[in-house]
Amino acid sequence: MKEIVILSGKGGTGKTTVAASLAVLASDAVIADADVDAADLHIVLKPVTVEQHEFRSGHVAVIRQADCDGCGVCKRHCRFDAIRAVEQDRGRAKSTVDPSECEGCGVCVKVCPKRAIDFPERVNGEWYVSQTRFGWLVHARLYPAAENSGKLVTHVRNVARRLAHRHHARLIITDGPPGIGCPAIAAVSGADAVLIVTEPTVAGAHDLERVLGLVRHFNVPAFVTVNKWDINPDNAAPLENRAAALGVQLLPRIPFDSAVVNALVNLQPVVEFGPSQAADQIRRIWAELNKWLN
Amino acid sequence: MKIAIASGKGGTGKTTLAVCLALSADGPVRLLDCDVEEPNCHLFLKPQIQLRKLVTVPVPEVNTDRCSGCGQCRDICQFNAIAVLKKKAVIYPELCHSCGGCALVCPTGAIREVEREIGYVEVGSRDGVMLVTGTLDIGQTLAPTVIRAVKQHAAPDGLTIIDCPPGTACAMVAAVRDADHVLLVTEPTPFGLHDLKLAVATVRELGLRFSVVLNRVGIGDNRVIEYCKQEGIPVRLQIPDDRRIAEAYSRGELPLNARSELKVRFKQLLDELGT
Repeated sequence: MKEIVILSGKGGTGKTTVAASLAVLASDAVIADADVDAADLHIVLKPVTVEQHEFRSGHVAVIRQADCDGCGVCKRHCRFDAIRAVEQDRGRAKSTVDPSECEGCGVCVKVCPKRAIDFPERVNGEWYVSQTRFGWLVHARLYPAAENSGKLVTHVRNVARRLAHRHHARLIITDGPPGIGCPAIAAVSGADAVLIVTEPTVAGAHDLERVLGLVRHFNVPAFVTVNKWDINPDNAAPLENRAAALGVQLLPRIPFDSAVVNALVNLQPVVEFGPSQAADQIRRIWAELNKWLN
Repeated sequence: MKIAIASGKGGTGKTTLAVCLALSADGPVRLLDCDVEEPNCHLFLKPQIQLRKLVTVPVPEVNTDRCSGCGQCRDICQFNAIAVLKKKAVIYPELCHSCGGCALVCPTGAIREVEREIGYVEVGSRDGVMLVTGTLDIGQTLAPTVIRAVKQHAAPDGLTIIDCPPGTACAMVAAVRDADHVLLVTEPTPFGLHDLKLAVATVRELGLRFSVVLNRVGIGDNRVIEYCKQEGIPVRLQIPDDRRIAEAYSRGELPLNARSELKVRFKQLLDELGT
């Protein structure tokens, strides 16, 4: 069983479009949506959810107002500026925690002379196991402004891996997050390969360089496809040359094609939407990935 | 006034809008590139860099002569950044969140904090815009810390425009926090609508004022506009879908060059927001 993670560096280059179509073409892969704070795969894969769970991770400090005497020791030690002094009646101040700023480090809990700070587990979101026409989908929803997106990414991938073992799937297709930070690192570490979807723009080239740096850092083999290549054909070739020079395997390019948006408006993966150039090229990409898989 | 440019979905045109707004403003303006994982504003503004400063975080270092292996540092660490091996504390600095708890509880004074680089901030300028760019080093996870370092350069008064990272997680939250107004950029597709709703929930949770900018109008469908109407969210600006804009963008040029009439619209948008 192998896992391929789709990344891009830059957002909006077509990761989910490619992931959804590969899921259709693979027909028996386990699919993981690891873009947990903007998960979109379910929109086109139309899953039926069979399991739903809370995602608990980390802790948050909560000051019991009845026991707080407003001494301010917690505020002095908090490195995340998460503690506010609030005026109570008769001008006495008490301390309270802004949960969206709290890092969950527990230092205030330790230093409070009144032991007035509780440290409950945090519920950061939900995760789901669903069935689609193309196989199992593991997906998640991080709550608005919640912490620990990287840990939720890791969790989604772990659940997908267990499902793949149980159902003897030969492939996990993981739709990754943009960027190169915490969630992208959580998506790439331990993957068998990364498929980078880029675009022939100066921003695409800049961000490709950084995401290639990330996959080298974690020593994961990479494939690259240039999406919307004909927006700027002069930029497409240098992108590919640069990627090839770094030992990346090039995949067929995908043209700018209105079928991609039209399929999306129809809530369908583009390879299911009827004949189009973009669909043809994604089929060629799948054929290449099949060689790697076998 | 601080205006943050954010979106749930990536690639909707945040950077383009941020740079265009900065260049359309009358007075002095600061542009903060807080998309520290993939900063792109400099590719369009092409500033002269005047200053480069490292962003560091304090991480613990153990004096093994003094360490008794008691494990109190390991026990307070919520991030699994400390283990005790062969009766000595061992630090995994890439997991450390720099809370200072371990140094605080160490009974033998064996832990001191040393600065560790996680990224850098560059300051430059061009055409009356001061650009502050944050860059997270490859393999580092603490994007919000670099974002906070960039935001220290916000103008005390006058206009500051903040280009935010995509998504709705801690990096986006760190970037939009404290903004006087958030412009959520999206596109008229089902993905654009879905991720806009997530972004709206996030800025509402944070209690921020916000409105929507719709990019690539002409593709997709009408559902983003309908949603905004239902929710009473103002749509401040609609930018047409135009292959010339996309081609100009691919070369590192702004839509101002491809469609000069847009400059007036960007200026109007700034006026509406009361800058």
